[in-house]
Amino acid sequence: MSWWWVVIIVSGVVLVALYLSMTAGRLDALHRRIDAASHALDVQLLRRSALTLDLASSGLFDPATTVVLAASAHAARAVDVSDPVARGLAESDLTRVLMEVLPDEAEVAELRASPEACAMLDELSSTCTRVQLSRRFHNDAVRACRQVRRHRAVRWFRLAGHTPWPHTMEMDDTPPSALTDR
Amino acid sequence: MKIGIVCPYSWDSPGGVQAHVRDQAETLIAGGHDVSVLTPVEDPTHLPPYAVDGGRPRAVPYNGSVARLTMGVKATARVRRWIREGDFDVLHVHEPLAPSLGVLACWAARGPIVATVHSSIERSRALATGYYVAQTALEKINAIIAVSEHARRTIVDHLGADAVLIPNGVRVDTFREAAPLRRWAGPSVMFLGRMDEPRKGLPILLTAFAEVRQRIPKVTLILVGPGDPDEVLAGVPAAVREGIVCLGRVSEDEKARALASADLYVAPNTGGESFGIVLLEAMAAGAPVVASDLEAFDRVLDNGRAGRLFPVGDASALAHAIIDLIDDPAERAQLRDIGRQRAELYDWPRVARDILDVYASVTAGQGPVTEDLRGQIVGRWAGRRREAP
Repeated sequence: MSWWWVVIIVSGVVLVALYLSMTAGRLDALHRRIDAASHALDVQLLRRSALTLDLASSGLFDPATTVVLAASAHAARAVDVSDPVARGLAESDLTRVLMEVLPDEAEVAELRASPEACAMLDELSSTCTRVQLSRRFHNDAVRACRQVRRHRAVRWFRLAGHTPWPHTMEMDDTPPSALTDR
Repeated sequence: MKIGIVCPYSWDSPGGVQAHVRDQAETLIAGGHDVSVLTPVEDPTHLPPYAVDGGRPRAVPYNGSVARLTMGVKATARVRRWIREGDFDVLHVHEPLAPSLGVLACWAARGPIVATVHSSIERSRALATGYYVAQTALEKINAIIAVSEHARRTIVDHLGADAVLIPNGVRVDTFREAAPLRRWAGPSVMFLGRMDEPRKGLPILLTAFAEVRQRIPKVTLILVGPGDPDEVLAGVPAAVREGIVCLGRVSEDEKARALASADLYVAPNTGGESFGIVLLEAMAAGAPVVASDLEAFDRVLDNGRAGRLFPVGDASALAHAIIDLIDDPAERAQLRDIGRQRAELYDWPRVARDILDVYASVTAGQGPVTEDLRGQIVGRWAGRRREAP
């Protein structure tokens, strides 16, 4: 009689182990997805501030604008990347400065006079779009990961290991409308 | 950039998703990218050079009708081999929740994956039958694109996931340069779509047309699309029947030419449209559009600025709109210009640029797509077995 129970218990344990290993695998993939997304976001943000610095040193703007552009781009690059809140604020400032410097289409059309400036602005425009996309994808990955990490089984068996609770990136990433209007 | 695209439905059967995949692939290739499309196909000899045979589709009852899908051990093995040998920078899966090659590709791949969701009905079905399965596939997707606001909303509401809206594309060049098919004796009004599909709304147009014909006797109605004309036109009086020409099913080229020869294009649909690509095709071909005020059409026609809208199902309002426009060549010319400009916004090269922005956002700093061997016991076993020559 007792061998019956052994079979049931063993198969139950095997099933639970299989489920846990699959969930751990899922979670691992989700953590990797977040890493990839935050790396991609980092790349685009760095590119945006670098392009802003280029724009500042291009001689297209008056001295006052140049100083503001360079200062906000420097601030965004100098911030401690491990602190998402501080970084979000610095990047939002840069977004606001770009919006002020490129306020309307008439102004942008004037800047587009030379081919170099045109290429620069096009690149900045596509980078701003990519910043926005990357942040959305990053935050969506965080959401998907949090959803799995809230599961009881994941918490009880500590399937997430020592990986810290993931954080979304909050910032104003609206591209300057005069640039992306197409 | 090396791009692998997965099409879920049979390449040889006509459909919006297949057309989208074809146009996307050809536009990206024209832009200098290296594209491979994996698709189910009945007859592999008709595949274009960039497409790879993903296996024969099987008729499976799915989502309320019989769909031609590809799945099973053999299909899994093909998908795995394609991913292994493709060495793609990004994998682009269409309709990731249809039980076909798309979902197999999501399971079999590891690395940057982008997915495009076309329809909204699939979702609730997929969720009802296998929430867990759907989630495990979706979790691996780095970026979801929705082709319409409608499709986007269902993803957000039902799955809680985010999606970027990139609308369907139109091959503006093909339609703009199409030579008119033929000159009609009087003013011509065109209908495009399955004649016997109630949601396409042909009966409403027929009622309206009878009224138009009383006012303007020389007007011709051109019907383009599959369906039995005798059956559809059975209840139409002989006097009205005289003014109707049926062209039946036509090729893509002929469709463009037929649209270019029409004075008006009418879309009397009563529902079931999530985007309205035909409207854009008509506009690109230079046919002014009269359409029912479905949400999707309203969006494409820019709240009625790029075409005339009438209340869904209202035949007499439609008749008035047609008569108004036929009597007013200046208005039609204006609509034609606005429509052409509007269609430019949805031109494929422009849409492809948006898609490439998404690729760039998921591939930045990432390696190529590789085969995912984790937890895929069946797939791994299938891969080894079918591989061995």
